Amino acid sequence: MRAPTYSRPAVRQPDAGFLRRTWAMIVKEFVQMRRDRMTFATMITIPVLQLVLFGFAINTDPKQLPTALLLRDDGPLTRAVLAAMKNSDYFRFTRQVRDPAMLDAMLRSGEALFAVEVPASFERDVRRGDRPALLVIADATDPVATGTAVSALQGLTDSALRRDLRGPDEKVAARPPPFEIALQQRYNPEGETRFNIVPGLLGIVLTMTMMMFTALAVTREIERGTMESLLAMPIRPVEIMIGKIAPFVLVGFVQMSIILSAAYFVFGVPIVGSLGLLIVLTTLFAAANLAVGYTFSTIAQNQLQAVQLTFFFFLPNILLSGFMFPFRGMPEWAQWLGEFLPLTHFLRIVRGIMLKGNGFTDMEVDVLALVIFVVAAMGIALVRFRRTLD
Amino acid sequence: MKEIAIDVTGLTKRFGDRTVVHDLSMQVPKGEIFGFLGPNGSGKTTTIRLLCGLLTPDSGEGMCLGFDILKEQERIKSHVGYMTQRFSLYTDLSIRENLEFVARVYGLSDPRAAARGAIDRLGLSGRSEQLAGELSGGWKQRLALGACILPNPQLLLLDEPTAGVDPKARREFWDEIHALAAEGITVLVSTHYMDEAERCHELGYIAYGDLLARGTAQQIIDQSGLSTWIVSGEGLHQLARDLRSRPGVDMVAPFGAELHVAGRDRSALDATIEAAKRASSSHHWMRGEPSLEDVFILLMDSAKDNFS
Ligand SMILES: Nc1ncnc2c1ncn2[C@@H]1O[C@H](COP(=O)(O)OP(=O)(O)O)[C@@H](O)[C@H]1O
Ligand SMILES: [Mg+2]
Repeated sequence: MRAPTYSRPAVRQPDAGFLRRTWAMIVKEFVQMRRDRMTFATMITIPVLQLVLFGFAINTDPKQLPTALLLRDDGPLTRAVLAAMKNSDYFRFTRQVRDPAMLDAMLRSGEALFAVEVPASFERDVRRGDRPALLVIADATDPVATGTAVSALQGLTDSALRRDLRGPDEKVAARPPPFEIALQQRYNPEGETRFNIVPGLLGIVLTMTMMMFTALAVTREIERGTMESLLAMPIRPVEIMIGKIAPFVLVGFVQMSIILSAAYFVFGVPIVGSLGLLIVLTTLFAAANLAVGYTFSTIAQNQLQAVQLTFFFFLPNILLSGFMFPFRGMPEWAQWLGEFLPLTHFLRIVRGIMLKGNGFTDMEVDVLALVIFVVAAMGIALVRFRRTLD
Repeated sequence: MKEIAIDVTGLTKRFGDRTVVHDLSMQVPKGEIFGFLGPNGSGKTTTIRLLCGLLTPDSGEGMCLGFDILKEQERIKSHVGYMTQRFSLYTDLSIRENLEFVARVYGLSDPRAAARGAIDRLGLSGRSEQLAGELSGGWKQRLALGACILPNPQLLLLDEPTAGVDPKARREFWDEIHALAAEGITVLVSTHYMDEAERCHELGYIAYGDLLARGTAQQIIDQSGLSTWIVSGEGLHQLARDLRSRPGVDMVAPFGAELHVAGRDRSALDATIEAAKRASSSHHWMRGEPSLEDVFILLMDSAKDNFS
C-alpha cells in the first residue's frame, strides 16, 4: 500500500521575503552593535582622536625648534642677531652652555635640534668689517624638521642687522652682510629623507606586530575556553606571561634582522654607532611592546577588543612619536603625550645609533624610559591577570 | 576509618546578588566515586571550581586532599585533575603536544615519555600527531581524561565528562573511572545520565545551589518516600493531563509507551489511581519501583517551587 503523499505546509508570504530577511539581519546587527560597548566607543573616539591629532598636533612647518646656545662674546650685535633668530619664530633658545662638548651632547641626545655658537670677539670683528662667522649646527637627521628653519636662516643676517645697526655702526650695515653664518648640517648632511624614515620603520613594524601578537595572548585562551584548564594547573601568572612573551622576542629579532639588512644594503643607511648596542636596545623595545600588548590582553574582554586597543594605541604612536611628523614641531602638550609612547624613545635611540653614532650615555633617558615601560606594563599585566574565574 | 578527600562545610558562592551555591557541605571518602547531579544552572560547575581553587567562596571552609581550599589553592592544583565541562585542551596542538604540555607544567621528570605512555594507554597511538580539535567527541573526551590523569592526581574532578558521547565510549569511560577509583583515586563526577548515576558509590543532588539529597542511589530512592504507578494503553497524553492536578500526584512523566505516575503521599495517590481505573478500562495499571530519575524530577520540581 502506498502511503499518502505528505501534505506540504503552505509557503509563508512568498513575496517580500527579501526585504523581510534583510530587515531581520539589520535588526540583529544593530542590537549586537549596541551590546558591544568597545566598538561603539571606537566609532566615536577614533574620528575625534584623528581630528585632534591631525588638526592641532601635527605641523609640517615646524617652528620653535629647541636651540642650544654657546656665547663666547656678548654685546648689542650679538643680541640683535639672536633676537632676529628668535623673531623668525623658528628658533627657541632653550639652554645656554659654556662648553662646546655640551652643545654636541645636546644635539646627540636630541635635546636640541640646533646649536648656535657666537665666536669670541664677534662684536669687534663685525665692527672692523672682518665678516666673522657665526656657527650654526643643525641636526639634519630629519630633514623635514630642520629644512625650513635652515632656509629661514639665510635671509636673516642682513635683515636682522639693518634695523639694529644705527648711528656709528650704520655704515657697516649698508655693506653686504657684516658677518656670515657657517651652517653645519650634522648626521645626515645630504638631507636624505630615507635615512630618517627607514630606521623609523623598524620601530613602526615592531610596534605594530609585537603588540598585536601578545594582545591576543590571554583573550584567545579565555575565548577558546583553554584558560579554565590552564588556571587549574599549577602554573603561575608570571610564568604564563613570560612564556607568552618570550617566543615573540625571537620574532622581533628576525624582523629586526630583515629591516636592518635592508636598511644597510638596499637603502644605504649608515650604521655609525654600535650594532651590538642597537640590537640590545631594539630587543628591549620589542619587549616593551610585547609587554604593552600583553597588558591590553589582560584588560580586553575578547579578541576584538584587544585588537581595538592596540589600534587605539598604535594611532598616536604613528602620529606623535616623531615618525611621520617632526617631534619638535608639535605643540608642547603633544610632545608631552609623545613622551609616554615607547616608540618616541626608540626612534631617538635607533636614529641616534645609526645616524649620529650615539653611545649608551647619550641615550640614558630613553633607555630608562623603555625599561620603565617594560616593568610598568608587566606589573599592570600581573595585577590585572585574573588567577581565578571570579 | 577511611580518609576523607573532600571535606567542605557551608560553601557559599554569589555572583552579584545571585547565590549560585548555598551553604553546601559534603564529605567524600578517598577512593570513592561521588556523582554530582542536578539540573542545568544548579551550581555543579561552580562547586567543582570552588573545590579546585578556580573560584573563591564567599563563605564556608574546607579541606581538599588535606589542603585548605581557601589558603592552599596552589598546592591543591598540583594534585587535582580537572576535566572541564567544555573541551579545554588546545585544539591547535596535536594530541602528543597537548599531553607534553601538561606533563611539563606539572613538572614530570620525562614529559615526552609520560606523554607517550598516556597515548598508548588511551589507545591513541596511531593518532598522536592529529590535532586535538579534529577529534570526534568521544576521542576528545578520552584525551581530556588522559590529560587529567597524566600527572597522577589524587582527586579527579570531572564536569559532565560524557555529555554528547556515544554509549559504548561512555561504558569504557566508566570502566576506566572505576579502575582509577580502585587505585585509590577519589572521583567527583557531574552527570545528567541516570545509568551513570547508578554507577557511582554515592550521589549528591543539587538544585538551585542547594544540596537536596545525598547517599547511595537506593538510599536516595528510599528517602524520597515515593511510590510509583506505571500505566500503558491508548490516550496517555490526555490521561497525563487529567492526572496532573489530582490529589496525591506529584509527578507524571511519559516513558515511551508508558506513563509514570508518582507521589509521596501513598494513600492519596492510590485513591486517585483507583478512581482513574474505574473511570476508564482502556489503561493497564501496574505498581512500579520509583526510579532515580523519578526522584530527581520530583526533587527538582519541589526545589523550583521553593526557589520562585
Ligand atoms: N562567572 C559567572 N558569573 C556569573 N554567573 C555565573 C558565573 N558562572 C556561573 N554563573 C551562574 O551560576 C549558575 C550556576 O552555574 P553552573 O555552576 O555552571 O551550573 P551547572 O554546572 O550546574 O549547570 C548559573 O545560573 C550560571 O549562570
Ligand atoms: Mg556545568
